[in-house]
Amino acid sequence: MGIISRAFQGRPRDHDEKLPPGQYLVHDFPVLSAGPTPRVPLDRWEFAIDTPEGEVHRWSWEEFQALPQETPTVDLHCVTKWSKFGTEWKGVSLDVLMEDVESAAEYALAYSHGGYTTNLPLEDLLDGKAWIVYEFDGEELAPAHGGPARLLVPHLYLWKSAKWVKGIRLLNEDWPGFWETAGYHNYGDPWREQRYQGD
Amino acid sequence: MIKRLTWRVATVTEIRQETPTARTLVFDVPGWPGHLPGQHVDVKLTADDGYSAQRSYSVANGDDGERVELTVQRVGDGEVSPYLTEVLEVGDQIELRGPVGGWFVWRPHSSPPVLLIGGGSGIVPLMAMIRSRGKSDTPFRLLYSLRDPGQLFYAGELEKVMAGVEVAYLYTRTAPPDAGRAPGRIRAADLIAYGWPPETAPDVFVCGPTGFVEAAADLLTGLGHDPAKIKTERFGPTGG
Repeated sequence: MGIISRAFQGRPRDHDEKLPPGQYLVHDFPVLSAGPTPRVPLDRWEFAIDTPEGEVHRWSWEEFQALPQETPTVDLHCVTKWSKFGTEWKGVSLDVLMEDVESAAEYALAYSHGGYTTNLPLEDLLDGKAWIVYEFDGEELAPAHGGPARLLVPHLYLWKSAKWVKGIRLLNEDWPGFWETAGYHNYGDPWREQRYQGD
Repeated sequence: MIKRLTWRVATVTEIRQETPTARTLVFDVPGWPGHLPGQHVDVKLTADDGYSAQRSYSVANGDDGERVELTVQRVGDGEVSPYLTEVLEVGDQIELRGPVGGWFVWRPHSSPPVLLIGGGSGIVPLMAMIRSRGKSDTPFRLLYSLRDPGQLFYAGELEKVMAGVEVAYLYTRTAPPDAGRAPGRIRAADLIAYGWPPETAPDVFVCGPTGFVEAAADLLTGLGHDPAKIKTERFGPTGG
């Protein structure tokens, strides 16, 4: 336990087992991003997965919409300390998108319109753990929250859920992304409070 | 080598009231490794039953040994900011770790002109940049959007003439009689009148509430500023 802050009471202790260490619950949906919000017209939207072996898989907006959809309800945890419970999304599971992808790669780098990147082990995108989503709360995803489509990997801090996602590059070696090269943790597990390098 | 960001004990040495709901806390932090203007810190408060709460705050001062200044705006239903703005006294101790963030920073050796656009308490990390400018010959322009003159942070310091730093106040609700600009939210004309033209390729830093940052960044790209030169930091309505 740290030093006691004189006369600090804090909120009532309604300890919630769904809340990772150091987080607090919010009911709105704060926005955090590093630059201006890109506007991506749907007729120019494309999502791609490529592999170190040279395979490239591409989907236009229409092709993407025709894929089997899922409606995950998940808790979000942002490294800036807020968590939001029970958010409802619609999108396509990465398991569906990876179905025909053959590769020995073990790492992935998601990249976005506007130049953002984030890295994660490929296994964190598979087995029902990640989606490319385009609806939030029954509405099309707003540009400020990553629309038209963003990656959603809710078991990691939210910076891993790249907004305005354009593609996923599979890699044989781990390639740190935007925040991962700016002092943030390479993996970002909220339950182990992996906020910054060395945590 | 990766070095862990450790929690350090921070002792309040001075408190300055900025507005009725915001104040600057000056801490002495033994072992502080130094920081770049624009970086933030995590603050941790612990109650006597072991319960603790953490929040992030931008550092307000330039790198200055073991001295760290935070300016905190009280958030109505917040958990941490009411304590920091109303309860904490000189001599009290909290825990702090950092500095955090290697993106929204100005590196004093960089040469293009600098455009700072702050909304409300979004002025805090921009002030750290102004204070770090020192004798650098990089010209600065600050557009500071605030509701009314009573919300002004760092009044005495900003009003002093600083060579190489031009300041424009954009009052959104109530402007003083001599303001020369009708009250209202930031608009393209403000960026044209008080900012740098896109051709000068300034380094742009925008900080404030989400709506303000979205509006300012959209105006900047609309005027032809390169999105890659615009760095943003957003304070959501939550965060207290």
